[in-house]
Amino acid sequence: MYPAKFDYYQATSVDEVLSLLQQHGEDAKILAGGHSLIPMMKLRLASPAVLVDIGQVADLRGFSTVADGSLRIGAMTTYHEIADANTGLDALTEVCSIMGDLQVRNRGTIGGNLSHNDPAADLPAVALALDAQLEIRGPSGERLAPMEEFIVGLMETALAPGDLVVAVRFPPSGPASGSAYEKFENPASGYAICGVAAWVRRDGTGRIESCRVALTGAADYAQRLRPVEEAMMGQQAGSEGIDAAAAKAGEGLQFLSDIHADDVYRAHLTHVLTRRVLQKAIERAQ
Amino acid sequence: MGNYMGESIKRREDPRFIQGKGKYVANLHIPNMAHVAILRSPYAHARIRSINTDAAKALDGVIAVYTGQELIDGGVGKLPCGWNVPDIKVPDRWPLMVDRVRHVGDSVVAVVAESPYIAYDALELIEVDYEPLPVVIDARKTTEPGVPLVHDEIPDNISYAWALGNKDETEQAFASAEHVVELELINQRLIPNAMEPRAAVAQWDAYTEEMTLWTTSQNPHPIRLLLSAFTLGIPEQKLRVISPDVGGGFGSKIFHYPEEVIVPWIAREINRPVKWVCSRSESYLTDSHGRDHVTVARLALKKDGTFTGLHVQTWSNQGAYLSTFAPLIPTALYITLLSGLYKIPAIWGEMWGTLTNTVPVDAYRGAGRPEASYLVERLVDIAAQELGMDPVELRRKNFIPADEFPYQTPVAFLYDSGDYHRLFDKALGMFGYDALRESQKAAREQGRLVGIGVAGCIEASGPAPSQVAGALGAAVGFWESAVIRVHPTGKATVLTGSHSHGQGHETTFAQVVADQLGMDINDVEIVHGDTGRVPFGMGTYGSRSGCVGGSALVRAAEKVRAKAIKIAAHQMEAAEEDIVYDRTTGKLHVKGSPAHAKGFAEIAFAAYTAHNLPAGLEPGLEESAFYDPANFTFPNSCHISQVEIDRETGEVHIQHYTAVDDVGNVINPLVVEGQILGGIVQGIGQALTEAAVYDEAGQLLSGSMMDYAVPKAMLFPMFDVDRTVTPSPHNPLGVKGAGEMGTIAATVAIANAVMDALAPLGIRHLEMPLTASKLWHAIQGASGGNGMQATNETPLGGRDEPGDPANWPERQILSD
Repeated sequence: MYPAKFDYYQATSVDEVLSLLQQHGEDAKILAGGHSLIPMMKLRLASPAVLVDIGQVADLRGFSTVADGSLRIGAMTTYHEIADANTGLDALTEVCSIMGDLQVRNRGTIGGNLSHNDPAADLPAVALALDAQLEIRGPSGERLAPMEEFIVGLMETALAPGDLVVAVRFPPSGPASGSAYEKFENPASGYAICGVAAWVRRDGTGRIESCRVALTGAADYAQRLRPVEEAMMGQQAGSEGIDAAAAKAGEGLQFLSDIHADDVYRAHLTHVLTRRVLQKAIERAQ
Repeated sequence: MGNYMGESIKRREDPRFIQGKGKYVANLHIPNMAHVAILRSPYAHARIRSINTDAAKALDGVIAVYTGQELIDGGVGKLPCGWNVPDIKVPDRWPLMVDRVRHVGDSVVAVVAESPYIAYDALELIEVDYEPLPVVIDARKTTEPGVPLVHDEIPDNISYAWALGNKDETEQAFASAEHVVELELINQRLIPNAMEPRAAVAQWDAYTEEMTLWTTSQNPHPIRLLLSAFTLGIPEQKLRVISPDVGGGFGSKIFHYPEEVIVPWIAREINRPVKWVCSRSESYLTDSHGRDHVTVARLALKKDGTFTGLHVQTWSNQGAYLSTFAPLIPTALYITLLSGLYKIPAIWGEMWGTLTNTVPVDAYRGAGRPEASYLVERLVDIAAQELGMDPVELRRKNFIPADEFPYQTPVAFLYDSGDYHRLFDKALGMFGYDALRESQKAAREQGRLVGIGVAGCIEASGPAPSQVAGALGAAVGFWESAVIRVHPTGKATVLTGSHSHGQGHETTFAQVVADQLGMDINDVEIVHGDTGRVPFGMGTYGSRSGCVGGSALVRAAEKVRAKAIKIAAHQMEAAEEDIVYDRTTGKLHVKGSPAHAKGFAEIAFAAYTAHNLPAGLEPGLEESAFYDPANFTFPNSCHISQVEIDRETGEVHIQHYTAVDDVGNVINPLVVEGQILGGIVQGIGQALTEAAVYDEAGQLLSGSMMDYAVPKAMLFPMFDVDRTVTPSPHNPLGVKGAGEMGTIAATVAIANAVMDALAPLGIRHLEMPLTASKLWHAIQGASGGNGMQATNETPLGGRDEPGDPANWPERQILSD
């Protein structure tokens, strides 16, 4: 298919990106890896008048460590680069190794993915479970947004007009901690019909002392599963309490229904995958 | 030299494909070329009140905009149906529809512009005033009271009815049956998904009045014939149709499509080269779909398991119009195969071809034969279960014995050859059937859902004796042509009417010719897919290239050898019957004197210098043959699989898969294995993942690769593949078709395994595709579970909630 006409700018610095966004306002769309935007444009479901390509902005790529010890990953870093890097975050490595196919992993970017906030994308669940923060620059300056505040609703984020996600920060996993991602994929698209990410930390006796669990694909947007997290506190590895905690995964949630899976099946998968991902994260928390 | 039959020669065409150097229609660039885009109906059924193209015409870069009426005024004809069963009502189908559209994707307006970008911009400026009409989607509901008529002149939406078999004997068989198995089942609609979407380029020469059309067709000669005689009116001698490299078809590129008329018509109208390339989204809405049967079947048996009768009633969904060969598929390629591998003395098959507001349905890999095999092999499995017999034992009890071939079934076909016991012996041995049945018992005791599925399938390949085809409704013959043009240097150019769009003819056909003439394979060039070079041909479908196209090559080669012998006899001063043509060396000598031989190239040179030829013999060494097969060939197969279902999620894991196929003699085992493996994965796609899903308004919900699940490699185990060989007795190569057997057998081999796994839960039958969601719901329902059941279930086991903000548009967009 052929997209409608658009103007194309290739920016080379963050400042240039911000000024182009300022200049073109609502007409402008940021082009990162392009795996969601370009198909939309080709099908003419999106027809932005201006594309600002941020692929050549060197500052937006790569890894560094910030003052509080968090790992900072530039927004334009690809899934493949993340999977290949030694981030020490198992769930992140895992999700960046299984998303899409090789071509997608070589093009898709962490910043583009989280900004797009597709309800069936894998990465938002992992970013929630790993307590990521988004580094955002925009007309009002620079700010940090915790992942949970960043996701506002179905395909909606806290990004204001003119804003750009420049990096994603992950706090270190810490000792005696582990994380994992489990997914049931749509056999056609490969997106998550249901995906659950978990991070746990164990105390000196091996009991869970801290836990974050997040769901994607099964509801309108990725979100934390607080009832599960609360029920997990103090649980031992291998205990029946883990399944009881996982059984709380559906509490208060409205599950999606489509031709591939109805809400009942998604609710069930959420329970099963939550249990499986918790077991896996706990095994890793040695 | 020679001895190429049975050799696994690597495909000679692959280097150019692997390096991205194939020449496809979309690769063609002709100076001054314009681009066509088609406006398609967003409604499944609507009256067109008016069309306003003014704004589109005014757009800078738009050359012209045409409606259906303008094409009709300009002389285009209706798209014909090439298979006419008795009393068939063929609905009108124009290249662009005029006052009514009947499926989402139906073509309405054509734009031609300086670039494809402008053409698509112009589509957005066309205003069509549609009056939506009620729709009918489901073949079962077409005749219900109050259901809309897809075509006003066709009552009850029934285009034709067809039946075959011995009705009275079948009724008697059921009257005296000791056991009857009854089953209602659906063979779901599939979408072909050839890797290369359809495309067409046309070039008109206003001075010679010659048209060249490049089109992604499996059969360029029949397309030229239809264009000349029905749709475009350009005489055959002025019309050249070329199908260059074509990236797969699976049947969907057999048919004559609207764009093949629109594109050359516009090229002549504006006197410029014109190109159209289908997008993947358009492919989903316009390539003919496959399958889509609803069937009620009954099998009559004796208590000991002997089959005594089979009665089948099928409602076949033909879509909104009859595609080129649509009526062939559920009649002469379906009901004729209902005997399977078995002696069933009485069979009565009835079917109704129904019209609905969906994309037309036609041949898709297997075409009718997978539907027959699925039905028969599901029935046999259920019969075994009900009689408490092992499914293999029940099959063996009813096999046509090897010494009864040729075997006449009650449904027209005369099976040529086979040895089904030997076939099963080999497959069961490779699979380790008895041991795996034992371990299945142990697994079941642990509560695991492990199933073993056996399928014994038959195919009729290589259509067909032309006379039989004519009697069954064909408007064409089904022979094949070949020309062997030996050049003065002894090299050969071979023209075949078969068409390769993935089958590997450039290799296998060269093997046949080199073998027949004792040549080096590198001295043989295969030409296909061009009406300007190949005299005529019927193309490739129905696994016919080897048995029909290959046999034509043999016949032409025999003529070349005969003439070469005449020349050699004359030059060596011997009698023709004393000349030995040694096909292993390519040399000719007088019996008893091999040392004094003449090479094939020497003879060829002599044929062209013509200095010393026998009196009355014409110079040159070029021979042609038209081969009309004496019968179909009947490949057969035994595929066995083991699956385990994850009780918690409903996912199917394929653990073992064994395939033994009898495709007769084999020209190139590597190519045959590729065909079988490709067929198996396509067949498993139908069993587990693929389905065209329409909502009640006739919108195709599975309209992209985001929602239509072509299976991925991760789904599959390693396949254990081998062959048995019973040569076809009636073609000179002894070959049978190999292109579709994998697809035919795999679907039911997997479906039977899944149902076997669920048997302990009391689940008798589920419709395909057997998705995780559907299986999980079934397991819940069966085991008492939590009582949670899906409502408004879709074929994929999910729910279709059109009013729900289930983010359909967002999810569908990521297809291209």
